[in-house]
Amino acid sequence: MTQPLLELRGVNKSFGVVHVLHDVDFAVYPGQVTALVGDNGAGKSTLVKIIAGIYGRDSGDFLFDGKPVTVHSPKDVADLGVEVVYQDLALCDNLDIVQNMFLGREAKKGVALDEVTMESRARETLASLSVRTVKSVRQSVASLSGGQRQTVAIAKAVLWNSRIVLLDEPTAALGVAQTRQVLDLVRRLADHGLGVVLISHNMTDVFEVADRITALYLGRVAADVPAKDVTHQQVVELITAGRSGNLGIAESADTAAV
Amino acid sequence: MTVDSNDTTPTPRPTGGSLADTDFAGDNRQAATLGDALRDYRNRVRGGDIGSLPAILGLVVLFIIFSFANDKFLSTLNLANLITQSGSICVLAMGLVFVLLLGEIDLSAGVAGGVAASITGLMMTDHGQPWYFGVIIGIAAGAVIGLVIGTLVSKLGIPSFVVTLAFFLALQGVILKLIGQGGAIGIDDNVIRGMTIKNVPVTLGWILAVLLVLVFAGISLNRHRVQVAKNLAHDPFVLVIIKIVVFAAIILGVTALLNANRSLNPVFPIEGIPWVLPVVAVLLIFWTFVLTRTSYGRHLYAVGGNAEAARRAGINVGLMKISAFVIASSMAAVSGIMAASYAGKVSPSSGGGNTLLYAVAAAVIGGTSLFGGRGRAVDAVIGGVVIATIANGLGLLNQAAYINFLVTGGVLLLAASVDAISRRRRSASGV
Repeated sequence: MTQPLLELRGVNKSFGVVHVLHDVDFAVYPGQVTALVGDNGAGKSTLVKIIAGIYGRDSGDFLFDGKPVTVHSPKDVADLGVEVVYQDLALCDNLDIVQNMFLGREAKKGVALDEVTMESRARETLASLSVRTVKSVRQSVASLSGGQRQTVAIAKAVLWNSRIVLLDEPTAALGVAQTRQVLDLVRRLADHGLGVVLISHNMTDVFEVADRITALYLGRVAADVPAKDVTHQQVVELITAGRSGNLGIAESADTAAV
Repeated sequence: MTVDSNDTTPTPRPTGGSLADTDFAGDNRQAATLGDALRDYRNRVRGGDIGSLPAILGLVVLFIIFSFANDKFLSTLNLANLITQSGSICVLAMGLVFVLLLGEIDLSAGVAGGVAASITGLMMTDHGQPWYFGVIIGIAAGAVIGLVIGTLVSKLGIPSFVVTLAFFLALQGVILKLIGQGGAIGIDDNVIRGMTIKNVPVTLGWILAVLLVLVFAGISLNRHRVQVAKNLAHDPFVLVIIKIVVFAAIILGVTALLNANRSLNPVFPIEGIPWVLPVVAVLLIFWTFVLTRTSYGRHLYAVGGNAEAARRAGINVGLMKISAFVIASSMAAVSGIMAASYAGKVSPSSGGGNTLLYAVAAAVIGGTSLFGGRGRAVDAVIGGVVIATIANGLGLLNQAAYINFLVTGGVLLLAASVDAISRRRRSASGV
């Protein structure tokens, strides 16, 4: 296996007396989609927020490209090339696609905005992701469908030469055709060599695009396995019970993971 | 896109199924013909994106009504007067656009203008300072008021409605203290007073008007050329030409109107553009540039549209709020000085009463949304002219004061309703 792009080792995190993450190991490989699954309260969002630099960690290592790095803020993480696409999208309805993609990082010529560069780059990025569902890059985001909005949010993350994209429930609110569009895009990101993390409740989506599955159970990693080695049923058991057959957290809890 | 993939070995895998082609039309770079552009525009209006259309229609209706009701209304003397009257409303409304863009309100802007005008007046009369020093101190006072309001709103999280209502009351006390009960500060400075009673020399007026048209045409054509060359989204060429022609017609028409002699007395001709018009024009150009061509302006729209998204994009939302209030109050100071210039004095009631509501009405009528995220500097000017037309026309008809209040209140309510309804349509149609 190639070296992970990003790796967390033995991460612990507590909020007051609540121990949310126990010795969590998590890795993201380039060119692969890693699905992060787990029930509500399993610690998925906490883990994502630690990766995103929003929360600090109590203990454990944060490695990028095999080297330990110190991250203190979302900006440090963004500088490493890690972008998070949140569930609620974080797009401004009153701005157009180009304006949204460059929000906060506008290209400038002197004091004025460089619309020519921004529009060209936005169009290139969308084209490189084979996004052809938008009528014009100058249409306002309010006029887009849910799938198109998700696409713009993902393209926004890719625009900055990111190396890892974390997608939080990207298909939760979408219809069948739109889910299809987004999953295709997720696959294409990985094919471009990016490390993709897909957080999802939907097993069909997970099995469709994921290369690896990391299941969290009550703040512990129940399993970190290649998607092709497990069945739908096994993953559901890992999520709900923490173990499935010889997979999962052992009764003695000292041989966690696989 | 260039993805860093130095030592990585992507594991390509055929994508399952092709992309859903449901709502796909390829990346369309322009509305091909004028007809398409018109259809696009009609669809936008139907979807609730009406901009300043109601204001322009309203202006036409008002002009028709008032010209029938009073034959003096369309005289050049009255039209010049109308332009001068609308100056301070337009400037106040332009400042308010910044606050309204964030979905906030500044009820104290009118009296902040009164405070600034009092300070400017006192600087010139009691302290014998030159006009420019008075103006700088006045605007600085406005900026400080805005800074305090903005800080209270963004740091303490008090609703702007409450903070500015408190300032509306308190600042009237400040004006009374500065001027003294029953007193007034006369404004007789050649420059300040001259802003509204003196005119630009006829030749200079023409030169400025023609230059403005040429610059506008040059910028429009150049932008179109670059957009076509770089294959970016652009309007059809005919539409660009039509915009230039309409712009030129308005600018040159107004110049011709104002450069004609409008005096009722043949011995003393009155001709030329009142100085207040170029002042408003410069402010309009400046703020339009800030709103549409700088990242500050872009961030302002973003915060108004979705504050959380703006925050995640690394925009300092609190700072944006403070800056919007500083701009609003500073522009209110300019507006207050303009109003004092027109009245020839600053009185304890300056900026009070319905001044602020006129300006809010102006911004909203012009197409600025009270819900934030939508609005342009030019909206304030168009709306300001509508409001000034109502005040001017009703004044000519010698209506009792109560009619004026009723009509203005009604117009504000109407504009806010149009705003709310078009917002509903927008969210329904997703334009």
